Amino acid sequence: MNWDWSAVADFLPRFWDGLLVTLQVLVLGSLISFTLGLVWALGFRARSRFVRWPVNAVTEFVRTTPLLVQLFFLFFVLPEWGVQFSALTTGTLAIGLHYSTYTAQVYRAGIDAVPAGQWEAATALSLPRHRTWLAVILPQALRRIAPALGNYVIAMLKDTPLLAGISVLELLQQSRLESAATFQYTEPLTVVGVAFVLIAYPASLLVRTLERRLAH
Amino acid sequence: MTAGLWQNWVLPGIWITLQLLIASAALAALVAFTVGAARTHRSRTVRFLAGLYTEVFRGTSALILMFWLFFVLPPLAGWQLVPMWAAILALGLSYGAYGAEIVRGALNAVPKAQREAGVALSFTPWQRLRLVLLPQAVPEMIPSFCNLLVELLKGTALVSLLGVGDVSFAAYLVRLATQESGGIYTVTLLVYFVIALVITRSMKALERRTKANLGVVAK
Repeated sequence: MNWDWSAVADFLPRFWDGLLVTLQVLVLGSLISFTLGLVWALGFRARSRFVRWPVNAVTEFVRTTPLLVQLFFLFFVLPEWGVQFSALTTGTLAIGLHYSTYTAQVYRAGIDAVPAGQWEAATALSLPRHRTWLAVILPQALRRIAPALGNYVIAMLKDTPLLAGISVLELLQQSRLESAATFQYTEPLTVVGVAFVLIAYPASLLVRTLERRLAH
Repeated sequence: MTAGLWQNWVLPGIWITLQLLIASAALAALVAFTVGAARTHRSRTVRFLAGLYTEVFRGTSALILMFWLFFVLPPLAGWQLVPMWAAILALGLSYGAYGAEIVRGALNAVPKAQREAGVALSFTPWQRLRLVLLPQAVPEMIPSFCNLLVELLKGTALVSLLGVGDVSFAAYLVRLATQESGGIYTVTLLVYFVIALVITRSMKALERRTKANLGVVAK
């Protein structure tokens, strides 16, 4: 066992750069997945079968196929269609799209959990459709599902290293570059691994507290 | 797509993906039951260690764990894993940690009286677990395990980054050879989708069977 602290120190500048990219992907990816997930969830409830069926099929397909393959699909196929994005943008889109299919299920459960009386009250007050959603249903649903969404943000964090596969300069890619330059694999990779535990564990404690607090 | 690529890479790739899935699922199940049962153990130390295991392996990314086993373990331990084994180990250990939570939850959901009845009949803790608790807990675990198995299937795609020739890696090679991405990646996604479909269908059947054995009607 030979652990070299100076290698850790040398890696730190790259580590910070990578951490910033990882967090950027996480924030933007979360926003995409939260927004798109809501769109899917509304699609699940559409009156027309011709909306419901495709939405169900697409989300099911995206949810059961690997993010890595979707990442490569977007990265290589979008340019063929004449759409040119940077690796970072493609990666963020892929992760947002992938997780939107999970958040969609969360929204679905949250919306279903709003008591039927609330819908009836909105009808009785003859609120227009968008007011029913924005003022009555969603505020109640969102409160319940906040912890579940939090869990998916943590899951998303742990999937950001996949973006190294299309050479986005996030934490894993930075550690690979460091190793390629210095031939030291142990320190950079271990630091990155430990960093993930140090971020993910407190985050999951936070979500658990939130869960308990919102339970009543 | 040329026929040679299909026969020499994609089909064997699918086979490797299936092998990875089966081997790492077996390891994950072993880890899940051991660690999950340990989390309901009487001794505080055992519970703590099992809890530590789940938090660490759930906390880090499966891909980083895979790289760590492949690149960091050799200089530390003095031996090198072949990529396939590093992959199985990483997938099994990290998805096992998720499985442990499922096992723990299901064991805790068995009514307390069942445990007490086992004590009253002076069963050993092992007999209690094997004869009373697990048979009732296992059917409850199946839907969650089904989801986890699909996640594990998706996780197997990560091994292509270590150069293991699974179906994702085959797709990468075919893309390099043919300079065409749309077709091969669509096929690859479909392969995963079909495997996932088989998994969910068979787990549904398994759930119905195990519940019927207990005299419970599956939803």
